[in-house]
Amino acid sequence: MITDVLTAIALYLAIQDFNKVVFKKQKLLIELDKYAPDVAELIRTPMEMHYIPLKVALFYLLNPYTVMSCVAKSTCTINNTVIAFFILATIKGSAFLSAVFLALATYQSLYPLTLFAPALLYLLQRQFIPVKLKSKSFWLYTMQYAALYLCSLVVIICLSFFLLNSWDFIPSVYGFILSVPDLTPNIGLFWYFFAEMFEHFSLFFVCVFQINVFFYTIPLAVKLKEHPVFFMFIQIAIISIFKSYPTVGDIALYMAFLPVWSHLYRFLRNIFILSCVLIVCSLLFPVLWHLWIYAGSANSNFYYAITLTFNIGQILLISDYFYAFLRREYYLTHGLYLTRQDGTEAMLVLK
Amino acid sequence: MGLLSDPYRRRALSRLVLRLNTPLCLLSYAAGLGWFLALAFPPVAPRTYMSENAMGSTMVEEQFAYGERALSYAREFAGHKKKAGGLPVAWLEKTMWNLGLEVYKQPFSRTLPFPDETRERYMVKGTNVYGILRAPRAASTESLVLSVPCSEGQHNNQAVGLMLALASYFRGQIYWAKDIIFLVNEHDLLGMEAWLEAYHDVNITEMQSSGMLGRAGAIQAAVSLELSSDVVTSFDVAVEGLNGQLPNLDLVNLFHAFCQKNGLLCTIQGKLQRSDWDTLPAYAHSLQTLLLMVLKQGSGRPQGDHGLFLRYHIEAITVRGINSFRQYKYDMSTVGKTLEGMFRKLNNLLERLHQSYFFYLLPSLSRFVSIGVYMPAFGFLILILVLKALDLWMKLSKCDASPVERLWDGDQAAAHGAAEESRPGLLTLVPPLLICHATGLTLYFLPVLGQHVATQHFPVSESEAVVLTVIAIYVAGLALPHNTHRVLTGSGSDRGWMTLKLLALLYLAMQLGCVALVNFSLGFLLAATMVPVAAAVQPTGPKYLYAVLLVLVTPAVTLLLGIFLYQELIEYPVSVLECWQLFLQAVAEGLLDHYLYGSIVFPFVAIFVYPCWLLLWNVLFWK
Repeated sequence: MITDVLTAIALYLAIQDFNKVVFKKQKLLIELDKYAPDVAELIRTPMEMHYIPLKVALFYLLNPYTVMSCVAKSTCTINNTVIAFFILATIKGSAFLSAVFLALATYQSLYPLTLFAPALLYLLQRQFIPVKLKSKSFWLYTMQYAALYLCSLVVIICLSFFLLNSWDFIPSVYGFILSVPDLTPNIGLFWYFFAEMFEHFSLFFVCVFQINVFFYTIPLAVKLKEHPVFFMFIQIAIISIFKSYPTVGDIALYMAFLPVWSHLYRFLRNIFILSCVLIVCSLLFPVLWHLWIYAGSANSNFYYAITLTFNIGQILLISDYFYAFLRREYYLTHGLYLTRQDGTEAMLVLK
Repeated sequence: MGLLSDPYRRRALSRLVLRLNTPLCLLSYAAGLGWFLALAFPPVAPRTYMSENAMGSTMVEEQFAYGERALSYAREFAGHKKKAGGLPVAWLEKTMWNLGLEVYKQPFSRTLPFPDETRERYMVKGTNVYGILRAPRAASTESLVLSVPCSEGQHNNQAVGLMLALASYFRGQIYWAKDIIFLVNEHDLLGMEAWLEAYHDVNITEMQSSGMLGRAGAIQAAVSLELSSDVVTSFDVAVEGLNGQLPNLDLVNLFHAFCQKNGLLCTIQGKLQRSDWDTLPAYAHSLQTLLLMVLKQGSGRPQGDHGLFLRYHIEAITVRGINSFRQYKYDMSTVGKTLEGMFRKLNNLLERLHQSYFFYLLPSLSRFVSIGVYMPAFGFLILILVLKALDLWMKLSKCDASPVERLWDGDQAAAHGAAEESRPGLLTLVPPLLICHATGLTLYFLPVLGQHVATQHFPVSESEAVVLTVIAIYVAGLALPHNTHRVLTGSGSDRGWMTLKLLALLYLAMQLGCVALVNFSLGFLLAATMVPVAAAVQPTGPKYLYAVLLVLVTPAVTLLLGIFLYQELIEYPVSVLECWQLFLQAVAEGLLDHYLYGSIVFPFVAIFVYPCWLLLWNVLFWK
């Protein structure tokens, strides 16, 4: 529970700082006349942003998923705390602390490795170094940050070696996360596939599934290089959906960020259906588990159907927020009321 | 994703939902009910078939011939039972010992939460006696159970006799691969629950019993036998278990197959099958059988001692011998041969029954409706709630969008005023939610906790006190002052009741969905009654008509009408007063089932369905 409180405090401070950064950037862009003239209602004001850090902290603490992880005494809360501190360190601009916490997070479960890219992008932005492949200062800073990160990771792993006196922990921890040997049903997508699969193909599919988690970093980095914090949010969400052993604590972490993007609400298209789907699936999880394991009337297909629906709901939620974010950016630069060449009202369509 | 992301299609779809909402809802309801009624039509329901390979053909030659011995055992048992005033433990132990079984007895006791009419005391004590027939050449890892309830009076004596005769016959055979446990349990379901809990070493209910002395491995299947006459005209099977759980369909198929082999007439829900299927009376008959099963499954009560086995993954059915006014009577030997055949087939099982269906409805003994066929009926009913919720959501977001447009026009002051008055926020919803759920919790906890206080002040017995408290709290919920929302600002507006109704509809849909997966009949009955009224209710319009309709669909009235329908279907119609008595009895038994065996019907209705209904009542009286 203490870790939950620490996470909430870290998120509160991080979002407070982030809001200041966002406001400064917005002011700069308005002064530079980068925005279209009729977007007055899309501009964010300090008044509406005042309660967001508090809402973030409350969203995290009062989320039923967080309460469930706390009651189950899961170690997911410790993971969440480390990631929250990493976010705080990144937003405050301290490259060293950010690298250390990222190394800690990667040390615990391998997937936060992908958060290296958004953190790097944010720190570069803060240092006013443009992201150009030919720029020397870009490569210099990247090397510095990568070196800090890798050194802290090596230090932590060697510390574990000295505590344990053997290298056994590497296959036990990282080998376990990557090769997925234990197929106990959880809310993730892996267990059913590998339970049904022939041994011959399991290595191939393990590789495919693991690449799926890491793969989205590069396209997202290309598209969202101006908005690294949103990138970080999407990346955390992708990790918590596609990782090999997800838990509801991971979901609680990325859901805590939703109040930060509350200004996107008017662009979200399916929020009602998606929240209904997520709530219904969360309620049906224990019912179908009971029917499968205790009553013996159902089987794993029933439970996996709900798992699939739940994950699809999450994926659609993330893509909805992504779409809303991009749409708002488009409106900011091109104006809110779009007209075609002949003056009739145009509509924005995602192809 | 085209449907969800393309704005043109979205606009068309949302216009469709908004404009055609009521016709779509009506169509959906008609489709749901029509689908359900079509389930009873014989071509829709496929014939049953044996899915388990190990129970393939019925090629054994049964040789049970101890019908007379069964009757003599029955008479001895009846005499000793009368003398002992309960289960004649010593005689039963001695007889089973003489047959060559390993005999054990299990005393148990249970404190009832309140003494009901049949038992009239708080503490119920009894003894179960069971004998184990060890398989001669197997390792005692699996077993089958033949259980007979020991009832008061002249019931089930012949069943005990037949069980003892079967035991003596089985003892002489060498082909048993599983142990057979012959169990006589006292106090019906209480004794059975005590035995099962001690056998599996768990403590689900607060049963106190001595531990289990003799075990025989994992129980694969169980048959509970009830026979109260020397000759039978037909054999009835009961499948519904606790919380609407059903045994594997293969067990019912097994029963049907062996009854047909021995020429024994078999019925389900007391009704015989008809051979024609394309006439209206045949359809009505099949519909009656289906409705009886739905009503019994929806009540969540086990319809025989077998109902408690299902919780432990043990497939079980109850077979009852019925002696009616038919001409052709079957003697004990035929019945014994059928049971012998069934047990020999179950002996062949290699693993637990899992091949056939666990979720089904039986419009007749040889036809079944599986979950894939009956769920769409329920799906159509839930679709109504979803359509109505979508409609409310779109209306609410339209209300939201209009202040923004006014801002665009430049009229800032008016927009602010409109925005403030039309956004009461979620705080106005909290008092109704809290009050409704508090009432639900009171309905659950208070009757049993407060029965002593009630008996001190009023001249009623404890069970009457409990039932009357339940009814009193239920009715009091209607009269609660729900208008606390008037105290808060921004209330009394359209947005308030629309948001509350949206929440109530989604809540109802979720509850009914969850319960329909566990107990389809309960979910379907509640949905068929509550959904149309829930979708239609609103504070504007004919308030008293809506109020009457809402009262008619409340779960208590559904129970009353259900009892009335049940009595009509079993051809034993009752008057209004008798129906009321049966209703009070049903409420008492529902409470007892929850405390004694863990039935979920009463807590589900009290803590979830009733508050949801109160929320709708709240919506109705919003202004």
